[in-house]
Amino acid sequence: MPLSAIAYETESAAEDAPATTQRQSFATLTNITKRYGATVALNGLSLALHPGEIVALLGPNGAGKSTAIKILLGLVAPTSGITRVFGSDPRTTATRARVGAMLQVARVTEALRVREHIDLFRSYYPHPLPTAEITRIAQLQGIEDRAFGQLSGGQKQRVLFALAICGNPDLIFLDEPTVGMDIEARRSLWQQIRSLSAQGKTVLLTTHYIEEADALAHRVIVINKGRVISEGTPAEIKRNGGGRTIRCHTNLSREFLLTLPNVSSVEFFEGAVVVTTSDAETILREMLLRDDTLSDLEVASPALEDAFLALTRNS
Amino acid sequence: MATAAISHPQPAATDFVRTLRIFSKETKYEFLKLMRTKSFSLSTIGFPVMFYVLFGIANRNAVSGNIHIAKYMLGGYACFGLIGAALFGIGVGLASELAAGWLELKRASPMPASAYLFAKCASAVAFGLIIVSILIAIATAFGGVSLSPAEFIKMLGMTIVGSISFASMGLLLALLIPANAATGIVNLIYLPMSFLSGLWIPIRFMPHWLQGVAPALPTYHLSQLMLHIFGYADDMSLATHWNALIGFTFVMLGLSWLTFHRKEQNA
Repeated sequence: MPLSAIAYETESAAEDAPATTQRQSFATLTNITKRYGATVALNGLSLALHPGEIVALLGPNGAGKSTAIKILLGLVAPTSGITRVFGSDPRTTATRARVGAMLQVARVTEALRVREHIDLFRSYYPHPLPTAEITRIAQLQGIEDRAFGQLSGGQKQRVLFALAICGNPDLIFLDEPTVGMDIEARRSLWQQIRSLSAQGKTVLLTTHYIEEADALAHRVIVINKGRVISEGTPAEIKRNGGGRTIRCHTNLSREFLLTLPNVSSVEFFEGAVVVTTSDAETILREMLLRDDTLSDLEVASPALEDAFLALTRNS
Repeated sequence: MATAAISHPQPAATDFVRTLRIFSKETKYEFLKLMRTKSFSLSTIGFPVMFYVLFGIANRNAVSGNIHIAKYMLGGYACFGLIGAALFGIGVGLASELAAGWLELKRASPMPASAYLFAKCASAVAFGLIIVSILIAIATAFGGVSLSPAEFIKMLGMTIVGSISFASMGLLLALLIPANAATGIVNLIYLPMSFLSGLWIPIRFMPHWLQGVAPALPTYHLSQLMLHIFGYADDMSLATHWNALIGFTFVMLGLSWLTFHRKEQNA
């Protein structure tokens, strides 16, 4: 169970969460609707991104995550609604100079070397980061002279991350940033994303690794069918999506456990019972009181994934 | 992390200098990319050279009226080569960058779109010049062709004009055709068009009805402009050929603009 690791990461993310009192926003979407013919990709979506925060956009495939990012980048025009990035239209050059993006790109110019890709993208920005700094942050040391086509999946992702931070942007969009990375590379990228946020930069990421949102994000926005269905810290999202689980060996019957207040489900796995409840403390006290043979006790917060599934199912 | 503490020792360049630098880097890397992409560089340079060696050099002693066939064919294969570089470099290259989402990532950056188009066009011109220079070297070394300095300069000048003109067609094709079919479709347009306008075999040796079709093709007018340098053009006026080529270019650019805006609206 990687739950303990997740819990740890969540706490560390919460510690350096910026004061949510700063209400001025780097970017806002107000009541955005986007239709492609008869299909509605976004349906009255509103969101705001504040300085220094890491926001995760979660949602099932086709929920409108990538469309939202493309609208914020000025690549796609909304059918209706207002987009503001640094107080202006996202398509202006001045705005684009302060924004970095990592998109899902099927194929990058493979014949160019890592160093050349960075050199080219640096030239687009008025105040780029020094090349050595970019190489260090994206951990590209030693592969600068390799052609992009020769890189592994994870290395390619790191180059795309490097291109996103080239211009020393204040606002960074990362669409599925850690796809194809091993767990070690993923964790070190998380660390870099946290340090960007510590410098006051805002990061909006979409991911389908829910643990990533859990570990990184100060705020999670769950969207489904083009609208926001839940928004809050990872802990709040988990609370909205269901309670905690108690797992133990006990001789108490399923029927009895179900009669306890606030128990939403009781299931048996490999001889152990798993009780899901929004009030774990009370239930535990009751169980311990009635069964002194109770053993192998574990209490766990649900994975964000479960909360997420519960939320998107209900919406 | 101390990333924020990094200072920027070099003063920020003025906008003009910076824009110039974007144009030059974009062009340099576009050219490098095409050079390193062997499927592109070998075939666009290799085919016209191979054909010219096979058909042009073989006719080194052939003369028809006052026309030296090897020299006549140098004009045809020069056009064939430069048109290939423009259509494949831009048509296929841009189509695949559009489909892969790579262009989208660049558009999200502050890169001026004009720098991207300029780089593509300049690289097509550069490849055109390389191909035509190689053909001229082969023709003069092995084909018994002699070019005056003025003819040489005019050929290179016409290569630049032709590359830019057909770059506009490459642009339109890139916007219209799906990336995975791009190479096939470009070949289906490029090869028949080259043949029908006499780039492979001098048009005067082709059936009469074919000679009637040729003036409908932009490739024909480019080749006649090229042949005019040697005094080998047909009896149509020079202005007609220029008007046809310029008109063709503007039609391609106009259609590209319309297509692009239609796509933007649907995006």
